[in-house]
Amino acid sequence: MGEFSIGRKIASFGGMVAGLILLITGLGMAIGKTGNPFRGTAMIVGAVLFFIGLYLFPTLKHHRMIVNILFLFPLLFAFAVTVIIPLVLGIGYSFTNWDGIRVRGFVGLDNYTRMFKQPGFIWSILITFLFVVFNIILVNLVAFLLALLCTSKLKGLGFFRAAYFLPNLIGGIVLGYIWQFIFSNVITKFTTALFDQRYSMLSETKTAFVGIVIVYIWQYAGYIMLIYITGLNTIPGDVLEASSIDGASATQTLFSIKIPMIAPTITICTFLTLTSAFKQFDVNLALTNGTGSVADFMGNYLTNGTEMLALNIYTTAVINNEYALGEAKAVLFFIILAVVSIVQVRISNKREVEL
Amino acid sequence: MKTREKTSSRVIKMTIAIIVAAYVLFPFFLVVINSCKPTDKITENPIGVSGASFKQLYTNLVDVINNTHFLFWSAFEYSVIITLVSLVLLALFGAMAAWVICRNHTKWSAFIYFTFIASMIIPFQVVMLPLISTFRDVGKFIGIPMLQSVPGIIFAYLGFGGAMTVFILNGFIKGIPMDLEEAASIDGCSPEQTFFRIILPLLKPVITTVTILNGMWIWNDYLLPSMMLGQNGKVKTLPVAVQAFVGSYVKQWNLILAAALLAIVPIVILFFFAQKQIMEGMIEGAVKG
Repeated sequence: MGEFSIGRKIASFGGMVAGLILLITGLGMAIGKTGNPFRGTAMIVGAVLFFIGLYLFPTLKHHRMIVNILFLFPLLFAFAVTVIIPLVLGIGYSFTNWDGIRVRGFVGLDNYTRMFKQPGFIWSILITFLFVVFNIILVNLVAFLLALLCTSKLKGLGFFRAAYFLPNLIGGIVLGYIWQFIFSNVITKFTTALFDQRYSMLSETKTAFVGIVIVYIWQYAGYIMLIYITGLNTIPGDVLEASSIDGASATQTLFSIKIPMIAPTITICTFLTLTSAFKQFDVNLALTNGTGSVADFMGNYLTNGTEMLALNIYTTAVINNEYALGEAKAVLFFIILAVVSIVQVRISNKREVEL
Repeated sequence: MKTREKTSSRVIKMTIAIIVAAYVLFPFFLVVINSCKPTDKITENPIGVSGASFKQLYTNLVDVINNTHFLFWSAFEYSVIITLVSLVLLALFGAMAAWVICRNHTKWSAFIYFTFIASMIIPFQVVMLPLISTFRDVGKFIGIPMLQSVPGIIFAYLGFGGAMTVFILNGFIKGIPMDLEEAASIDGCSPEQTFFRIILPLLKPVITTVTILNGMWIWNDYLLPSMMLGQNGKVKTLPVAVQAFVGSYVKQWNLILAAALLAIVPIVILFFFAQKQIMEGMIEGAVKG
């Protein structure tokens, strides 16, 4: 300990002691509900002082470990408070009658059985799956075709790539309203001119669903295209050259060389489209807000024809104030998402090996 | 014969490319053109340029900017502050954490890394409801509001963005030779000096990538700020302000589209200048993520 100056020792111990005192005082004020407005500041300043003291701690042997702790702390602390604690609490709350503020009692699996008695919720699950399947197929197909287009010799390629990618920069809320305008004010002009009838796609559940799919492809295909372009560019030029010398047609090259060689890219893109379509919320909210009538679903009349899972959870909790039920739905949503993604990755990996 | 075939296929490809581009860009065109019209002209003809004037654009923009539900400048400022501070802190704390996790081969670092990776699949919906109540309680406990506050939401972004940031940075740090750090340590560098003077500058390209990915997400994010800040609070980000504005009005499309225009323009300008970096960043994030 001889190589450390006395000043550093004082600073270290002083900082740690002062920090701890402040921290404990702040905590005491908070627990004692004194209402002192400086309790939070005291705690934060105390923690910082303590860390400074810890950093200056006169040791060579453990300095590395101290730095490790200090470096990890900020991110881990935020992560624990915003993700881990709410996750654990949320799973716990889903077995109670939590109302968003306090828990009044334990209800077991009540919320989980109750949500399956709501035809609207089952409908949401079904159309979410339908939406995911549509999107995986269509977004990947469109994106792959655009990628083929954008890797061929074409003038102005840079412009086209940027243009196709552009919608991805804009948030779903703004996009949703822009497309609501297009569906209800622009396309209706065409239908009036062509069929003499003002027809908005958003007014009927089935076509409104198609509308959401269209907007989603419009927003997302450009991004997926960029990833396919990267994948296609990794195919070595001499392989393609060899196939063209051997007289392979463009279709043969596509199916026997290009597609098998970008199998890892296909896996990534499928995963991305799957998870993002599953979690779709913004466009759903802004475009239809989940509305749409369904005349008869399991003997019930529904008004949430285009409401997908994420939006259903939000409506249940925030709009209808059924927090515990919403949380239980969210936990189920999490489980479905986890299972589906794991299955998808497994299947893709297996197929990649076979190819 | 062969060249003619090539030319014709090239013409077809070019035509398709142009049609797709027109389709993709058409909504943007509609936003611009209809922001320049009064409402009745939009209902009359939403596609053409008739009735559009810069004077009307100015009137619409002034109406929107001064609207009490939208308050563009305030929302813009909050969006910029929240995004920038979150990005700087995520890059700094993310790099610090990733470096420690990557360079320590202990049970603990493996466990932390695994937790981060596993957490990436958690949908926001599962945590959002308890998150709000936790933040409300913590805010009451420490006497500093965590909801409807800028520090609170930045803290939340730090927590939610941490996993992906660490994951991408970790992949990059692995590729930096250990010799570099050993040499620095022999030359008398302390661990923190090694990190700030040697490792951090080397991370510049990958920090650009995570900053772009996080930036696109935070700037456009709606659900988290709408839950944490509320629709009617003083603090609003741009997406929340757009939603509050549209929700409060009967469909006055000229104003709604002018608001959309205001929300789109900053990011399109940014894209114009940093197109290559943004597109590359998004690709790298996906391929590594």
